[in-house]
Amino acid sequence: MPPEPQTPPPQPEAAAAAAHRSEAKPRWTERLHGLGPVIGLVLLCIAGTLLNSDFATVDNAMNVLTRTAFIGIIAVGMCFVIISGGIDLSVGSMAALIAGSVIMFINWAGPASGSPLMAVMMGAVLAVVLGALFGLAHGLLITKGRIEPFIVTLGTLGIFRAYLTYFADGGALTLDNELSDLYAPVYYASLAGIPVPVWVFVIVAIIGGVILNRTAYGRYVQAIGSNEQVARYAAVDVDRVKILTYVLLGVCVGIATLLYVPRLGSASPTTGLLWELEAIAAVIVGGTALKGGAGSITGTVVGAILLSVISNILNLTSIISVYLNAAVQGFVIIVVAFLQRGRR
Amino acid sequence: MTTFTRRLALTAVATAAFAASLPALAAERVNLGVSIPAATHSFMGGINYWANQAKKDLEKEHKDLKITIKTAANAPEQANQLQDLSTVTKINALVVFPFESAALTKPVAQVKAKGAYVTVVDRGLTDTSAQDAYVAGDNTAFGKIPAEYIVKQLGGKGNVVALRGIATTLDNERMDAFNAVLKGSPDIKLLDAKYANWNRDDAFKVTQDYLTRFKQIDAIWAADDDMAVGVLKAIAQAKRDDIKIVFGGAGAKDMVKTIMDGKDKRIGADVSYSPKFIYDAIKLTAEARLKGEKLPATTIIPSVLITKENAKDFYHPNSPF
Repeated sequence: MPPEPQTPPPQPEAAAAAAHRSEAKPRWTERLHGLGPVIGLVLLCIAGTLLNSDFATVDNAMNVLTRTAFIGIIAVGMCFVIISGGIDLSVGSMAALIAGSVIMFINWAGPASGSPLMAVMMGAVLAVVLGALFGLAHGLLITKGRIEPFIVTLGTLGIFRAYLTYFADGGALTLDNELSDLYAPVYYASLAGIPVPVWVFVIVAIIGGVILNRTAYGRYVQAIGSNEQVARYAAVDVDRVKILTYVLLGVCVGIATLLYVPRLGSASPTTGLLWELEAIAAVIVGGTALKGGAGSITGTVVGAILLSVISNILNLTSIISVYLNAAVQGFVIIVVAFLQRGRR
Repeated sequence: MTTFTRRLALTAVATAAFAASLPALAAERVNLGVSIPAATHSFMGGINYWANQAKKDLEKEHKDLKITIKTAANAPEQANQLQDLSTVTKINALVVFPFESAALTKPVAQVKAKGAYVTVVDRGLTDTSAQDAYVAGDNTAFGKIPAEYIVKQLGGKGNVVALRGIATTLDNERMDAFNAVLKGSPDIKLLDAKYANWNRDDAFKVTQDYLTRFKQIDAIWAADDDMAVGVLKAIAQAKRDDIKIVFGGAGAKDMVKTIMDGKDKRIGADVSYSPKFIYDAIKLTAEARLKGEKLPATTIIPSVLITKENAKDFYHPNSPF
């Protein structure tokens, strides 16, 4: 029996179920609609186990979940932006620039403050603050500046990555060794057998689910995505709600980055390349409509895991030519989307 | 970099004005254009660094030499820049590192048709009549040297996994050369070779999965020093001690330093494929043109085995790569 990667030990399982319960509308059609990605994931896991028995080990499941954590956390934030009818193409570049800035800051603050631990903690806080600020800038340009989100974030996609390349002189920014060792547990350590990034991923997903389904703000986000004009007439402060979605996403990118930095302890111009597409794909595969209005955090989480499981299975087998990897991923994404084509 | 681009723009304008006002003098001067990919990963960062280094050194040395460097993010942009170099900057010599062989063949041919002397670096064009000279790193040796080293170190017996870059002819050339050597040792098994896109993160993931899948791995050919970083982290995370060799490639400064200091017994050697060949290509082209001479049709900058003995010759602490 393959252990289901999306349900590591009891607490997260209960949490995921709770999140799902909170999202499940009483209508069973809604429920069925959300099952597409789950069915896809289960089928994939069965296929993976048949192809290679190593797939169904706890270690492999943890590897995959830990990998997914970065994209998954970003996808939770992206879910809000997409439900409100927006898009953010810059998250990969943003993560790279935040990673680079945090590394430079810690390298400088470690010796300067005389307390490496303090420097690392400040660096982690800086990651979240920077993310929030970048998100705020996006939100202001989109709402007050009345520029299409696609254009704003396409612009910042180039700006963020170029600045990282500039700071790194085209090379890599690397954490000093002792600071790196101090920071490493944030990625490599486990609590109760579950790696730290997975815990953070679960917590972010639960908070995301609660905000989306249990608060007035979450309802406003969905209302704006369904029909912005109507939301305005209903006295929803559309601009503020929209700005907040981008800030939330920025904070998620910041959290993902502070988990990412200790993994390799370096940032280079290839860091976070194409993360934006993976995050958007996770959200859409998870059943959120690209045009906004409705979506699900559980679906997004499952979507993110599904995408990493595909590449994990491809790495664990060699029956398919390596040249066809991208094709397999493409087929799976389309099949899953087909499984859950709901209301159009 | 920003002041540099500003200077670049200024010099471009100045040169254009200068070339227009002094057509008589332009004939004796070498106005050299350099067209390279932008610094999207560390190796290209190195290419950018060495190109700028060449400009600095050579312009100081030769009064009649003017070098204009353009960096492009993709093939179409590079084609546009070649046009600009030709019509606006009015270059009479060009050193180009093409994004793609096929796509850039025509644009380069057009520059040559306007009378510029063309040196192509690293990736050959599909039609060699579009170039005067070709300077390249040695991709065959890049795959052959690691394979020979691994075979020798393992005593001709063991399990090897390989990481590949991005699906390109250059990557195929390296992999084929690697495989050709392993064919001679039936007891060396290449378990698998997957793409990790010359990217640390992808290398980390691919290696994690290799370690899950194969219980005994003796050597990993990371095929790139950037990827080797990800490989080492994945090994450390899995706490595996069966891997005796991790072999990168290209001679990044950190890797060369590790070899110099003997810091990691798994990293005993590397193979050179230095971005410095762009420096050599610019220097060779500029100096030949100043004398009105030609370069040999093909110059191969050899890839050699870097070990503790010769590591210091390959260590450039100021280069980003």
